[in-house]
Amino acid sequence: MAQRLASPSLSGFARRSSGLVVPRRAVLAGAGAAGAMGVLAACGGDEESSGSASGGAAASGSTSLGSNRGDEVPRAAEDEMIAAFEEESGITVETNVVDNESFQESINSYLQGNPQDVFTWFAGFRARFFDDQGFIGDISDVWEDIGSGFTDAFREASSNGDRQIFVPLYNYPWAVFYRKSVFEENGWAIPETLDDFVALCEEIQGAGLTPVALGDQDGWPAMGTFDILNMRINGYDYHIDLMAGNQDWDSGEVRAVFEQWAELLPYHQADPNGRTWQDAAASLVQGESAMYVLGMFVGEQFPEEEREDLDFFTFPEIDPEIGSGALDAPIDGYMMTANPENEEAAKEFLRFLGSAQAGEIFVASSPNSIAAHSDADTSGYNSLQQKAVDLISNADGIAQFLDRDTRPDFASTIVIPTLQNFLNDPSDIDTVLADLQAGKERLFVDQG
Amino acid sequence: MRLLTARDRVVLGLMIGVPALFVLAIVWLPTLGTILLSFTSWNGIGGLDRIEVVGLRNYENIITNYPPFDIAVRNNLLWLGVFFLVATPLGMFMAVLLDRELRGSWFYRSALYLPVVLSLALAGFIWQLQYSRDQGLINAVLGLEGAERIDWYGDPSINIWAVLVAASWRHVGYIMLLYLAGLKAVDPALREAAQVDGASEARTFFSVVFPTMAPINIVVLVITVIESLRAFDLVWVVNRGRNGLEVLGALVLANLTGEASLVGFGSAIATLLIVISVVFIVVYLGTILREERK
Amino acid sequence: MSATSHPATTGATGTTPEDRVPGQAGRPPGTPSRTARRRRRTTPGRIALYAFLTVTALLWLFPVAWAFYNSFRDYAFTAVNGYVSFGGFTLDNYVDAWEQGDFTQYFVNSLIITVPAVLVVLALSSMAAFVLARFSWALNIPFLIFFTAANLLPQQGLLIPLFRWYSWVGIYDSYLAVILTHIAFQMGFCTFVLSNYMKTLPKELSEAAFVDGAGVWRQYWQIVLPLCRPPLAALGTLQVTWVYNDFFWAVAFMSTGDKRPITSALQNLQGQFFTDYNLLSAGSAIVAIPTLVVFFALQRHFVSGLTLGANKG
Repeated sequence: MAQRLASPSLSGFARRSSGLVVPRRAVLAGAGAAGAMGVLAACGGDEESSGSASGGAAASGSTSLGSNRGDEVPRAAEDEMIAAFEEESGITVETNVVDNESFQESINSYLQGNPQDVFTWFAGFRARFFDDQGFIGDISDVWEDIGSGFTDAFREASSNGDRQIFVPLYNYPWAVFYRKSVFEENGWAIPETLDDFVALCEEIQGAGLTPVALGDQDGWPAMGTFDILNMRINGYDYHIDLMAGNQDWDSGEVRAVFEQWAELLPYHQADPNGRTWQDAAASLVQGESAMYVLGMFVGEQFPEEEREDLDFFTFPEIDPEIGSGALDAPIDGYMMTANPENEEAAKEFLRFLGSAQAGEIFVASSPNSIAAHSDADTSGYNSLQQKAVDLISNADGIAQFLDRDTRPDFASTIVIPTLQNFLNDPSDIDTVLADLQAGKERLFVDQG
Repeated sequence: MRLLTARDRVVLGLMIGVPALFVLAIVWLPTLGTILLSFTSWNGIGGLDRIEVVGLRNYENIITNYPPFDIAVRNNLLWLGVFFLVATPLGMFMAVLLDRELRGSWFYRSALYLPVVLSLALAGFIWQLQYSRDQGLINAVLGLEGAERIDWYGDPSINIWAVLVAASWRHVGYIMLLYLAGLKAVDPALREAAQVDGASEARTFFSVVFPTMAPINIVVLVITVIESLRAFDLVWVVNRGRNGLEVLGALVLANLTGEASLVGFGSAIATLLIVISVVFIVVYLGTILREERK
Repeated sequence: MSATSHPATTGATGTTPEDRVPGQAGRPPGTPSRTARRRRRTTPGRIALYAFLTVTALLWLFPVAWAFYNSFRDYAFTAVNGYVSFGGFTLDNYVDAWEQGDFTQYFVNSLIITVPAVLVVLALSSMAAFVLARFSWALNIPFLIFFTAANLLPQQGLLIPLFRWYSWVGIYDSYLAVILTHIAFQMGFCTFVLSNYMKTLPKELSEAAFVDGAGVWRQYWQIVLPLCRPPLAALGTLQVTWVYNDFFWAVAFMSTGDKRPITSALQNLQGQFFTDYNLLSAGSAIVAIPTLVVFFALQRHFVSGLTLGANKG
């Protein structure tokens, strides 16, 4: 009876960083990834092609991938990457594809069962978490080969201490999205500071539109607003510290964030807790709302022919001392499990996934993200992607998003309900702070 | 009871023993595991040696430091009330009406049963289409605009009722189906006799049919309780059981799944639910069955 | 089990209700009361009854019909115009859902899980119910509680211990794990329903059989089970629906995507961020077909025929 549910939205639905995945075409993996793999490995040459970790010359046989890209477009893109790798290396890749949502929800049992050699995951705290549990293979040697292709921010997000554990494939920024045509018609300018922003909101309201779209039925979208306000008011370092559990949630700093947010809420769509992000995005598409603080995936909600009308700017500066250089730009990519069947082949595969070519192939089919690799060819990018590259490469602090930067249990069982309560009643900030702090103490302290 | 041969005894033993073994191994043993886990702190990862015993701390936290719990208890009771007073009687009533060979009754039966067969993803979408604040049919039909629109799913004081309508929509078909089957056990001669005596249909049902249906009525009641206590799937599709839609089943799942799951804490909520359920069933079934025996 | 369609009890017992009408399809059960009722068709009460039924049925169908309507519409159209609108009609959602969902393979997977699970549940639970309902012994009530209470447990709460248990036994990521789980969790419900139904069957049936020297098994198989066709058909319908629609256990115990049931094909129509719900509705409509077929195939068993005869005067 119990089925997996995804919360539906009227205009579609969605789920951001959470994806669980349901494998669809797991090829042989099903039969017991291990068994099948062993056989293939045996055919392909000698099982443990020993030695030379780096340089990647010695790998052969086959490896395997557990993927959460169950839906059509990313799946096709991933298949294309795999085909390119197979042709180039002579190594075959068996895939086990599941849907994004169930992959994420059953990740614990997946990693404790018979996981594939390589699997799809997210950078940051969520990657380190599994490394700390001993599930993840060290791929520092892979990074010796691919590292020059990534900025320090990517290296940092892919590392646990001084070891690398993750290969970034693509990322996308969170920003303030709007329709160019609507702004042009009304002669609205991009706000540089909070005062500009508030003045713009007033003007938009005067024109009969809702200034800022907001939908939080699924619980996570409002985290994006919290993140950006916290980074603008308290700075990137404080934000990361808070996420890591090193700051108190009932502090004056966090209070300032909620107070600011409460002041801005009247400019947002009313009743956000009964609206999915897709419904909120629909109001932007339909020209009822003028702006929307969301990830670049908001573009998927736009009909193909109207995507060129979509544009964004980074959230304006609140404190001149802090500026507006930090943002959320979550990275998706791959990790290796702790005990792969064929470590050499798996690392060879990861080297490929960490190449400019892999990023180019993937992003070609996914116009709402940008390749992580610095050398990826951006000539085919649309204007939105070009802008995203600029924004991210000039950022002075890149966070992953609240539910990727802090304990997942804290994010889902404490932060989400509390933010929803706040949106219902923005006047009661005391309770909001107390709930967050109590949850933080229970989870960060008790659970160690 | 008559004397049973040795062979009969063996057969009987197997007939009850094999099913019992299944239930024991796959339901009750894990239940014991869950109860034990409720006294620990564990993230579900690694060997059992990583489990830390914390005594009653999870229970303390649930009572003192977990606001959703109280709301969930209240919502489960509300669920029970609505099912017991509205959905279940309606399902029984429809079964009684449709039990007769009416023209086109296959159509009515199918219409009522349809919600039961739909996948949850679809059921969620179906109701989102009705309840969505901005794009839903209900607000559109009511002609509400702008701020006067009702936030059916987002307003924590009304969303539980919205979900209960959807839940009842499914429950009615389910009860109807079981009750239809149950009605078959009623001896038609009883009805005939009553009708020959000139009793109206309603009277025939209440004074003759209904009492003989006692065993089936118990089934329906127990199922109503089960469904109310276990409810979680519809709220899970709407918003994962948050913001006014907390129910115990959803809290259990929210704490047990995902990365860094709170196995001990989630197990403690599950254990409380188990205790409530088992107490209910033991008291209820015990009483009914004992009376029946006399 | 439910397949025991051999003409009930004839010959097995002396008290077979002579006038009972085994559920033949087509012919309306010819009891006098029913014919009598049929005759007064045009009374105001009748009209009110039909009006009530029709209104109720339409109310129930409406939400489904609305979603169905939207499954024939283009997502780009509804995104721009909203769902409360007219236009954008297309059949593409069905074509795309079928192709993207890889439905053929997943239907087979669902079959592999559903058929054995439902057959075994009905077989085992009818046996347990038979023992509990037809024989009284000291442990009757405790056993019934043992079965029924198992059904009350919050299933998702048992996830972690079960996962460990199956991993230890070595059946994690297999059909067997999912099938066994369904069997065990549905057993309580089926046993409870069947035992209560069996209690309503006249005691004389088995007593007569005993006099005839029939063994326990023969009583179960040839006398009681055939009379349980209505609840078996009803339970079969429900069980098929539940097991087939389940996604939770399949995901919990099978990490291999290619083994998962049809519900995962639906899940694959949903993206990490974005979901085309019109497409998902179309997919869901396709997925619902087998359960509807089962309902239509089995419903005659619980809605017509097979009435018990007068068991005593």
